[in-house]
Amino acid sequence: MEKSSIIEINNLIKRFPVGGGFFTALDDINLSFSKGEFTGIVGPSGSGKTTLLNILGSLDVPTEGEATVLDKKISTLSHKQAAQLRNGHIGFIFQTYNLLPVYTVYENVEFPLLLLKMPAREREKAVQEAIEWVGLTDKIKSKPAQLSGGESQRVAIARAMVKKPELVLADEPTANLDSENSHHILRTMEKLNNDLNTTFIFATHDEKVMSYLKRIIRLEDGQVVKDDWMELKEAAS
Amino acid sequence: MIKFLIKGLIRDRNRSMFPILTVTVGVSLTVLIHCWVTGIFSDMIDVNARFSTGHVKIMSQSYLENIDQSPNDLALMNAEDIIAEAESIFSDMNFTTRIRFGGLLDAPDENGETRSQGTVMGLGIDLFSTNSGEIDRMNIQTSLMAGEIPNESGEILISKEFADNLEVKLGDPVTLISSTMYGSMAMQNFTVVGMVEFGMSAMDRGAIIIDLADAQYALDMVDAASEIVGYFDDGIYEDEQAQLVVKDYNARFLDVTDEFSPIMQSLRQQNQLDAMLSYSEAMIGIIVFIFVLAMSIVLWNAGLLGGIRRYGEYGLRLAIGENKGHVFRSMISESVAIGIAGSFIGSIIGLGFALYLQVYGFDVSQFTQKTTMMIPNVYRAHITPVAYYIGFVPGLFSTVLGTALSGIGIYRRKTADLFKELET
Ligand SMILES: Nc1ncnc2c1ncn2[C@@H]1O[C@H](COP(=O)(O)OP(=O)(O)OP(=O)(O)O)[C@@H](O)[C@H]1O
Ligand SMILES: [Mg+2]
Repeated sequence: MEKSSIIEINNLIKRFPVGGGFFTALDDINLSFSKGEFTGIVGPSGSGKTTLLNILGSLDVPTEGEATVLDKKISTLSHKQAAQLRNGHIGFIFQTYNLLPVYTVYENVEFPLLLLKMPAREREKAVQEAIEWVGLTDKIKSKPAQLSGGESQRVAIARAMVKKPELVLADEPTANLDSENSHHILRTMEKLNNDLNTTFIFATHDEKVMSYLKRIIRLEDGQVVKDDWMELKEAAS
Repeated sequence: MIKFLIKGLIRDRNRSMFPILTVTVGVSLTVLIHCWVTGIFSDMIDVNARFSTGHVKIMSQSYLENIDQSPNDLALMNAEDIIAEAESIFSDMNFTTRIRFGGLLDAPDENGETRSQGTVMGLGIDLFSTNSGEIDRMNIQTSLMAGEIPNESGEILISKEFADNLEVKLGDPVTLISSTMYGSMAMQNFTVVGMVEFGMSAMDRGAIIIDLADAQYALDMVDAASEIVGYFDDGIYEDEQAQLVVKDYNARFLDVTDEFSPIMQSLRQQNQLDAMLSYSEAMIGIIVFIFVLAMSIVLWNAGLLGGIRRYGEYGLRLAIGENKGHVFRSMISESVAIGIAGSFIGSIIGLGFALYLQVYGFDVSQFTQKTTMMIPNVYRAHITPVAYYIGFVPGLFSTVLGTALSGIGIYRRKTADLFKELET
């Protein structure tokens, strides 16, 4: 399989100060992710999934070791450089949709492009396109309060996708959705993965997500206990 | 981007309404109090200017040195010339002589024997020439409680209170006993034609007013002047302009080697008004400062609450790729917009109330009946040019300070923690 690597994690350790001592949330992680992956990080609550995604998204830094994301060493980035990395190359999808309530669907999706200072015409085209991807063209002027949970999460996906990032990090994107909506947004993301070759990394313990994943990494107590490629499995079975 | 943020600001009432209201209230109070304090002090100064100091005053240097005793023996000679010169140099000013004198007023019975007697504070002012403006300046018409203003030589106005004490009625003859400029005894008969009450205890106790020429004649001071007061034609005291006039005048006429040469002083230099003016300026400063402080604390808390409410939003914006500085700056710009809006509305409201108090005033006479200070009975607010912008100082300063203080939280928190707020 000839795939270029976009994330390299080497001997990564993350400790949080707790009381007088430390709590080790991630314990010597070594992983590598390639372009176009559709991968899930699974594991029980507290196993370190969110912590790992936060580091990959340059929202947090490793205590020891290194995570290299799109050729950037996370531990060496300044605030500004980290912001640039996120702005230019990474999209986030959260468990709670975190749409800005005072803005319309269109404006919520537009926001990342305003930060990129994209010219107005180009921007409008990209926003329309992203909203089309998630099938919400008819809700373009709605406010988040007028949307269902599934629709809100689709807006969040459009917002993550609108700048066509190389990497999308999704933390429990289906946790608040019923099964129909979960499948809908997973199919949406699967399609984007196929069409745009965007790398998706999920943190989840939702069974419904598993069936879509091409690779499942299992964390327990901050350690990788399993790393399976589903295509291989399927091919083998 | 800015348009985007303004849209959010306008749509989110919590974010805009409460702070704008806070600023509006604080600013309108600041403006109103500023106008009010300015009004009170300018009324006090105005009274002093009218009755005592003039906007500027010309005296002999030795008179100035002993001004507390009103030493008429140190008066300026050739008053007419001095006035003519001054008016030709300062064409927008009006100068007039005043003579203050002490003495006794004697009310005789039918036989010419003393019936009653009292010490007086005498004032000789120009009552007869049409352009002196003294009658208006001293509010004599409105202060007249009985009788009329003298219109010929030998007539005298006395304060109502004093007249009652002496049991003097309109039309009664009285004799003024004083001393001439050269130290000999002066006696002059007058007829009481009017009684006045100025509404200032300082004036009402023992004041008599006679025409300037009568005073000069009685005191052997023809063409002499103990004080020459000057007023700007518009009747408004402008401190800076007055200082320029004083400087110019003294440069021309003051001769330090001749103690009888004239010297000019501004209102501010007299009667400790300098202290009062400084005090009023300091007072306004303190008031503005207190409002800045109070509003900042309120807005700081509002900002903190709003900020905590919005940590999720900030976290999200950071996650999307905005950097912390940009988020912080956008908060500050928001607060500037709120500060301007609130200050604008607040200034209009404050000026509205101030205008009302400027036009209708606030009667404090029932509280000040016993006072001996030269203060007026009706206080008015006074809208100065400063009032138009002074509200923006606390308005802007407090919103920006409040936001900056709450915004520092963003810098202190780690991005991941801000981001965590999203999860909750
Ligand atoms: N800022 C922090 N300070 C201290 N401990 C932390 C901090 N953030 C996370 N932890 C701890 O690290 C461990 C891993 O947390 P993490 O949020 O990564 O778990 P998770 O796998 O995402 O769990 P869940 O499935 O419940 O979301 C937890 O035990 C958590 O308490
Ligand atoms: Mg988690």
